[in-house]
Amino acid sequence: MAALSGKFLVGVYDDDDVLLHAIPKIRKEGVKIKEVYTPFPIHGLDHALGHPRTKIGIAAFLFGLTGCSAVLTLMIWTMGIDWPMIVGGKDPISIPNYIPIAFEGTVLFTAFGMVITFLITNGLKPDPYPQLFDRRATDNKFVMAIDLHSNRLSEDEIARVLRDNGAEEVNLKQF
Amino acid sequence: MASAVHSIPSIDEQFVFTAAAKKKLFILAAVGIVLILLGVYLMASGGHGHDVAHAADGHGAHGGDDHGHGYHWIKRVWANLWLNGIFFTGISVAGMFWLSYNYLAQAGWSAVFKRIPEAMPAFLPVTGVVMLLTFLFGGHDLFHWTHSSLYDPNSPDFDPIINGKKGYLNTPFFLIRLVVYFAGWYGLWRMLRNASLDEDLVGGLDNYHKQVKFGVIFLVFFAVTSSTSAWDFIMSIDTHWFSTMFGWYTLANWHVTGLATIVLIVVTLKENGYLKALNASHLHDLGKFVFAFTIFWTYVWFAQFLLYYYANIPEEVVYFWERFNGYGGAYKTLFFVNIIVNFVFPFLLLMTRDSKRTPVILKLACWFVIIGHYIDFFNNIMPGTVGAHGTIGPFEVGCFALFASAFIWTVASQLEKAKLIAPHHPMLQESLYHDIE
Repeated sequence: MAALSGKFLVGVYDDDDVLLHAIPKIRKEGVKIKEVYTPFPIHGLDHALGHPRTKIGIAAFLFGLTGCSAVLTLMIWTMGIDWPMIVGGKDPISIPNYIPIAFEGTVLFTAFGMVITFLITNGLKPDPYPQLFDRRATDNKFVMAIDLHSNRLSEDEIARVLRDNGAEEVNLKQF
Repeated sequence: MASAVHSIPSIDEQFVFTAAAKKKLFILAAVGIVLILLGVYLMASGGHGHDVAHAADGHGAHGGDDHGHGYHWIKRVWANLWLNGIFFTGISVAGMFWLSYNYLAQAGWSAVFKRIPEAMPAFLPVTGVVMLLTFLFGGHDLFHWTHSSLYDPNSPDFDPIINGKKGYLNTPFFLIRLVVYFAGWYGLWRMLRNASLDEDLVGGLDNYHKQVKFGVIFLVFFAVTSSTSAWDFIMSIDTHWFSTMFGWYTLANWHVTGLATIVLIVVTLKENGYLKALNASHLHDLGKFVFAFTIFWTYVWFAQFLLYYYANIPEEVVYFWERFNGYGGAYKTLFFVNIIVNFVFPFLLLMTRDSKRTPVILKLACWFVIIGHYIDFFNNIMPGTVGAHGTIGPFEVGCFALFASAFIWTVASQLEKAKLIAPHHPMLQESLYHDIE
């Protein structure tokens, strides 16, 4: 997520259940919701918002495959080809000996790869000016952000829809 | 399916063990018996009849000569009864194990299908009796250590190593342990089951607490007996050899086979219109369980193998040598099939989220696990008992089919005895709304 810019309408909710029930109705009225920010995870929120499922599992698999093959290549090359060594009476290339390290390499690459992928795709970097739609989303309120540029409906129209569906406040936020 | 708009189907379900299902099981059992008879005929007439010393001298200095007695096909019968006894004991006791740790962890999500693992330990008396009789009548054929001449210093067979294990490995103590294991496992399950059935009638929390209590007692008992029974039932066949990981390894074996059986029963019931309240999230979590514990089994199996492989001490590595090169390589194929079917297949099949939610793939993976672990136990037991004569033929398949039909029969009649979804389980609501997205 790159840095946000433009005009946003911000609906503030007090109750997670009201919010969860409001989302399908708001979407039905033709309003595109950019994102919802909550102080704690809410079951079914992703589904209600219609977000596509995360692909981080595929990334994890590919990172794991990379780690496993990289580490195996390193061991086979150094121990078996470049400078063949016999350790413990085993062949220079003896796969069972390499399994524990290949396993560790897989886990290491997967873990780091997933964390780094997550940070990059979510634009989480050390940043002195965090872009918050509403500071209270980190405390006790549930905040719904709507990008005015990607919506056909007018600002007033969207504000009405939000208020009709239980929003306590509707604020304009510009980055 | 957003949780906000969940609608929960009725939980009032009664399983019916239909005549058609009974007929299918009869056919399975009949096929099993025919295969057993065919196998016995083939074994008795198949040239291997009484060739004494064939196993001893033919194929290497290890394993076969440990036994010093000739091979008779009856040995293979005992070995198969013992193998299936262990295999189905494991599946049955894994049902109780599952219930116990779910109660201990106060797990809520599994409440909707807890009747399935709860029905499985009902098969324990059958395997218990089979194993007891097999030991009483075929013990000398299976267990080298049961021969009294090994303990007589004046006998040429005297074996100082086995003599040193006399305090533990002797027939009376073995029989006591065998009975104690089965009595303990079955007895604790019986008490838990009674509390569970009583809960259906009266509700309340008293019976729940009782079940937690019996589960905890079982876990303590099983923590010890799972290891000791693995030493007794399997490891003592190769009397000279020992592995400090064997208890864990057998527990992993039993547990994952039991899990696969639970999933198979759950999916089959679901496909037949039962367990309507069980949703895709339950299947997903069950799939995760099977996935995770196939990896756990592989981890333990490999950890055990690697230590012996790396150290390469003759008297230790002989166990794997026997399964790798022994008896003209009779077990080499199964040795590799074991790893591929038990690890590679379920690992790749169950890796993605969608596959864990797809009943067909879930079933396929579970069948791989069940057949794979049969092969694993086969490779554990056969080299030390029948040596070069250990192949999977009609007799093996027939024995498995007969045991499987008896197991399914027992479980189905147990499921019929109570409501399929325990209506007063205090965590039932949590389970009905189980949603992991």
